[in-house]
Amino acid sequence: MRVVTVSTPLPAPALRRAATEEGATVTRNKRRPVALLAASVFVLAVLVLPLAFLLTEAGGAGVSNVWHLIWRSLTASLLWNTVRLTVVVTALCAVIGTLAAYGVERTDLPGRHVWAVLVVVPFAIPDFVVSFGWSSLSTWVQGFRGAVLVMTLAVYPLVYLPVAASLRGADPGQEEIARSLGASGLETFFRVTLGQARRAILGGCLLVALLILAEYGAFEILGYQTFTTEIFSEFNVGLDPATACALSLVLVVLSLVVLVGEGASRGGGRLSRSGPGAQRVLVRKKLGRARLFVLGAYALLVLGALGVPVGSCVYWIFEGGVPAVAGISLGSAALYTVAYGLGAALVATLMALPVALLVVRHPARLHFLLERTTFLVLAIPGLVVALALSYFSTHYAGGFANQSAPLLVLAYSIMFFPLALVCVRASVAQAPVGLDEVAGSLGVRRLPALFRVTLPLVAPGLGAAFCLVFLSAVTELTATLILIPINAATLATQFWAYQQNLSYAQAAPFALVIIAVAAVPSYVLGRFFDRLPRRGSAQAPVVVT
Amino acid sequence: MRRFLGLATVAVLSLATAACTAGSHSGAGGHVTITLYNGQHLQTTDALVTAFEKATGIGVAVRSNDEDVLDAEIVAEGSRSPADVILTENSPALEYLQAKGLLSPLDRATLARTPRRFSSPQADWVGVSARVSVLIYNPGLIHKAALPTRVIDLADSRYKGELAFAPDETDFQPVVTSVLRTYGRAATLHWLDGIKANAGSHIYPDNEAISSAVNRGIVAFGVVNQYYWYRMRAEIGSGNIHSEIAYFVPRDPGYVIDVSGAGVLRSSTHQAAAQRFVAFLVSKTAQEIIAHSISFEYPIASGVQSAQPETPFGELKPNPIDIADLGTGAQAIALLHEVQLL
Repeated sequence: MRVVTVSTPLPAPALRRAATEEGATVTRNKRRPVALLAASVFVLAVLVLPLAFLLTEAGGAGVSNVWHLIWRSLTASLLWNTVRLTVVVTALCAVIGTLAAYGVERTDLPGRHVWAVLVVVPFAIPDFVVSFGWSSLSTWVQGFRGAVLVMTLAVYPLVYLPVAASLRGADPGQEEIARSLGASGLETFFRVTLGQARRAILGGCLLVALLILAEYGAFEILGYQTFTTEIFSEFNVGLDPATACALSLVLVVLSLVVLVGEGASRGGGRLSRSGPGAQRVLVRKKLGRARLFVLGAYALLVLGALGVPVGSCVYWIFEGGVPAVAGISLGSAALYTVAYGLGAALVATLMALPVALLVVRHPARLHFLLERTTFLVLAIPGLVVALALSYFSTHYAGGFANQSAPLLVLAYSIMFFPLALVCVRASVAQAPVGLDEVAGSLGVRRLPALFRVTLPLVAPGLGAAFCLVFLSAVTELTATLILIPINAATLATQFWAYQQNLSYAQAAPFALVIIAVAAVPSYVLGRFFDRLPRRGSAQAPVVVT
Repeated sequence: MRRFLGLATVAVLSLATAACTAGSHSGAGGHVTITLYNGQHLQTTDALVTAFEKATGIGVAVRSNDEDVLDAEIVAEGSRSPADVILTENSPALEYLQAKGLLSPLDRATLARTPRRFSSPQADWVGVSARVSVLIYNPGLIHKAALPTRVIDLADSRYKGELAFAPDETDFQPVVTSVLRTYGRAATLHWLDGIKANAGSHIYPDNEAISSAVNRGIVAFGVVNQYYWYRMRAEIGSGNIHSEIAYFVPRDPGYVIDVSGAGVLRSSTHQAAAQRFVAFLVSKTAQEIIAHSISFEYPIASGVQSAQPETPFGELKPNPIDIADLGTGAQAIALLHEVQLL
């Protein structure tokens, strides 16, 4: 490949802007953030409820009892199943997500704007629908191989999104320098391009790993046992939640390992740009004769992740037997789903704001640790979160709000808080703190300044958080089954009820409506990640440091 | 931004209100609404609830889940439980609540509708419908003649890799209990180890999954209740059926009648309406609905016979184990734990 260097004159305003923004992250706010700290502590107290529940239950069963429950050969086989699946799927997602992002961002792939949308949309399809679609296609799709295939296709966008964003923000000049110093194309890709995207890849992998640990529906359909499916089984037969809680604690430890592992491999090195802040004009790598092959790969990916699930839903609508189960209508299930989803999106976003402001504007080791621990929530199965809230409601609040919409919304908000935080934090990190200080020096009080200056600046992040939580809540199944108010049903619970009864023809329309409802926010989200990092090579949103 | 937030808030509030109004069901017009905790299949329950509401004007709010989850919820909710009636797929879930003193005694007239052996010995719940455990097999993978005819043979090593079962399915516990009563604890543990080895990775979460897997040729045969096969055939169409069912030899411990029943919660504040609902479930009207529904369960009360083309209930030759022997399922669960199937 011939390296073409194009020099672009740097306009003065861009320079100034870059300078202000660079300042934003390093400026340390001197005032003690009492209100922020209080709000954040409150949020964290809510987030810690599921963990408190697990410890209470396990404590009630007695340490030796719990130890006995954990120390069984069943645990070992579950551990093996869970770990090998997590490792393989995370690795596959890392490769597929990164390559897909590289192709769209750095090559002259034909139709890359269309591909950029098509490879993100699968994020809107619930894992259990992907699982349903694939497993009704072929009996090959089952057990371990089925779980690998389905989960990879269902969650690779979590790597794609941040990597695409980070590649777009990274300085192509470094690659040119590497080439000019004699590095080969492949060497440059591995040492420079991947180096630039490393944190984004790791951040995406972290989310993938945590989500796999907590996944239930997809594995139940595929007949693959993991810790989470076994926790469900134990709860379903046990009548005594001690075993389920003991296994959940193992799951929490596993996710701690993932978190620490990700933190350690992220390393302490700083990545910085060689230029002063303006983007060089990107010279896209020419695919040449590989073009057809690459196009085929994209087509396969989209076919597998999008085509098969949607196709088999459509197939079942026409092919299924008699409708056997009456139930809540598609319309009212959609209404409940959207209402709960909007509520959760609003609450989770509001919860994320103080924590994000605290961590970014008042960096301290403790704040950072607090933020990282919130990621544990992602790996706790929805069932456990729901049981915890139900438990605290019946034991300490006289049954107040149990099986009510607010409690369900709270459960969603807890479960998807880390996703909201990721988005809000990315935006806060980009908003120049100087503007706040200017507002202060002009006599605007802090609260009005928050509304007039900070919020508009972080609005894209709030919007993205809103969409991401909404999207996740719309596809949530297991907590919903426990906490849903009597006589209500969401699209996911109704799909599940039909699917469980083998009424595929009746289940299919619900799956299609879930996809339709979730497609809008996933598109918005794609746009957010699209625009986000215009500076700082490693500032991809998911890569939170 | 503020406008965005404002809009979002308005949207959320209005939708939440809409959802709440859609959800609240009680009180209006002074008529009663009872809450049913439903562990039965939706196919059965939907039709019964609709007919009851039409006949009595009493509303029924339904909360469906696995019967053991519902049991756990009722125990956790205690005296504040919103449940008035519980309808389960199997007797152990009801025996469990009864043992905890959470059920009210039923009206005598209600109990008289169902043969005594299918209801609670203590009269706190009544049998509503029944099913029978069978093998489902794929003739493309195993000949009928090669199938085990006694449940104890499921553990025979010649079936390695061919057997499927669902250890956490509530329908499976009665089979384990039945084997336990017949062969004793040591032999049952040995048997469980054997079927665990034979199943290998073909351990499924429920009977629907087993039926589907056998039908699609993923595994040769499995232990289910008869109606899963009939329902599957109705749901996916007989053109897609590649499986059959086979019975164990008469009075084999694997040949178990599972009774689905209903009881009134002691904590219910609508005792009269709740009793009426349970009485309705065993009435001729309701039993006819069961007889004709595509849930393919056997009606067992008011003398009604199944109208579906399956082996008539009277011709079944199950192991004569009774409800009290099946108990709460705790022993079966303990054994499953011991061999680490749970």
